[in-house]
Amino acid sequence: MARAVTRRRKTINTALAWGIGLLIFFPILWTILTSFKTEGDAIAYPPKFLFFDWTLENYAIVQERSDYMRYLWNSVIIAGGSTLLGILVAIPAAWSMAFVPSKRTKDILMWMLSTKMLPAVGVLYPIYLMFIQLGLLDTRIGLVIVLMLINLPIIVWMLYTYFKEIPGEILEAARMDGATLKSEILYVLTPMAIPGIASTILLNIILAWNEAFWTLNLTAAKAGPLTAFIASYSSPEGLFYAKLSAASTMAIAPILIMGWFSQKQLVRGLTFGAVK
Amino acid sequence: MATKASRSAARLMMAPAVILLLGWMLVPLIMTLWFSFRNYLPLRGGDLGFAGFDNYVRFVTSSSFWPAIVATLIIVVGALLITVIFGVLLALLLDQPMWGQGIVRILVIAPFFVMPTVSGLVWKNMFLDSVNGLFAHIWKFFGATPVEWIIHEPLLSIIVIVSWQWLPFATLILLTAIQSLDSEQLEAAEMDGAPALKRFWFIIIPHLSRAITVVILIETIFLLSIFAEIFVTTAGAFGSKTLTYLIFQRVLESQNVGLGSAGGVYAIILANIVAIFLMRIIGKNLDA
Repeated sequence: MARAVTRRRKTINTALAWGIGLLIFFPILWTILTSFKTEGDAIAYPPKFLFFDWTLENYAIVQERSDYMRYLWNSVIIAGGSTLLGILVAIPAAWSMAFVPSKRTKDILMWMLSTKMLPAVGVLYPIYLMFIQLGLLDTRIGLVIVLMLINLPIIVWMLYTYFKEIPGEILEAARMDGATLKSEILYVLTPMAIPGIASTILLNIILAWNEAFWTLNLTAAKAGPLTAFIASYSSPEGLFYAKLSAASTMAIAPILIMGWFSQKQLVRGLTFGAVK
Repeated sequence: MATKASRSAARLMMAPAVILLLGWMLVPLIMTLWFSFRNYLPLRGGDLGFAGFDNYVRFVTSSSFWPAIVATLIIVVGALLITVIFGVLLALLLDQPMWGQGIVRILVIAPFFVMPTVSGLVWKNMFLDSVNGLFAHIWKFFGATPVEWIIHEPLLSIIVIVSWQWLPFATLILLTAIQSLDSEQLEAAEMDGAPALKRFWFIIIPHLSRAITVVILIETIFLLSIFAEIFVTTAGAFGSKTLTYLIFQRVLESQNVGLGSAGGVYAIILANIVAIFLMRIIGKNLDA
């Protein structure tokens, strides 16, 4: 039996939830609105909410002054590259753990997760030193490798939980029909696992896109992604709210949209199956 | 069934991931341990030899150690309190029937996808600034003197920023947990005349206890190592230096690698204590 709810109660719920939702979203909304203001309107008192001269000039200035496109490209390569590389390494590992489990499978899985809990700052200097020695400092390939490694446990874990949901009988049937290991993975498993793989990719692109410890410490002007691009606005000159807002909007918009598609995967990916 | 051949194939397929993670874990860890026992000053003479436990002692006896521990605790505990308490309330609200639930969910979750440098700078400038920030405008509107939040209340400012980022995470996890609650139990309690507050305290909270524990543990691990939010707002000034930030400054800014590495070992031990509890819960769930 569904619980009967009075119309009045539903109206109150709706009003309250929308109010709080808009309050939480407000900083983002305010940033987006400010990005379309002139610098004068951006700091006007009383604040101008909707009635100001809408302009796109901030976006042009940000692109011109700090070469937004280059940072965007770095972000795309670093987030995309590290995720794809991680997926390539993780698929076989997750496959073998899900379908050919041994006594040690659980221990290996738990150990992989535990590496994720190592505080980054504890190994900052060794990584920094290796980067200098190997000439990887301020290169995209260096960051691709580091971000792949820090997200690998999550990727393996997520893929493992998705693969686990695929019934083993299907694989056995394929084997009976004489499928080799390779064709079993390629033609039976992969099509069924595609939604799970896609969700894993999505969540990990988000995590890599927003990663702001290694990207700030290991890059400078050349390979810096958007996190570093925004950080360059921490020492402002003159009026800059509208420009900061335009830069921020451009940095978060793509990932905000992707994030809304990955709500469900977020729970799975970030709690490691501890909450269902 | 798994044959011998498929077992060895499985081992082979696991190898790349295991080897990569093993290397990623062990090599830097051993280097940090090694440096922590050396007098290593890259800009002032390089490796000046064995230091015994000097770095470990000096790190905890330096004047910035305890303030950093206190700042770290205030930020972690403050953000945990805000995100868990409001997370539970918000999850309960979002579980109720309403119009436009999907859109509200999207609005609430959005901050989690904002990169740390953006949330740090947007809050610092457009909300907390004492001249042009929105809070200053509101204070002025009510005739109060605007507060220089970043300078006078740096810890509170950072707590507000990270709570804003992590409230969506707590809410989402707790909402998932609430939705798995058997509604018949609640209805039975309601019919027996249990008031809403009692239903909340004796049915919902016990049901959520594990999800709350998981939220607390995961958030603690992430909050202990927040970096960018501090980097772009206070840069560790005004008493907002956390353990993570202190180690970062020792290692990269003052380039005292021995001392910073000893601090790093402390941070690793601290994180591991939290991690052990989290791993236990995850492990239990894996068996089920």
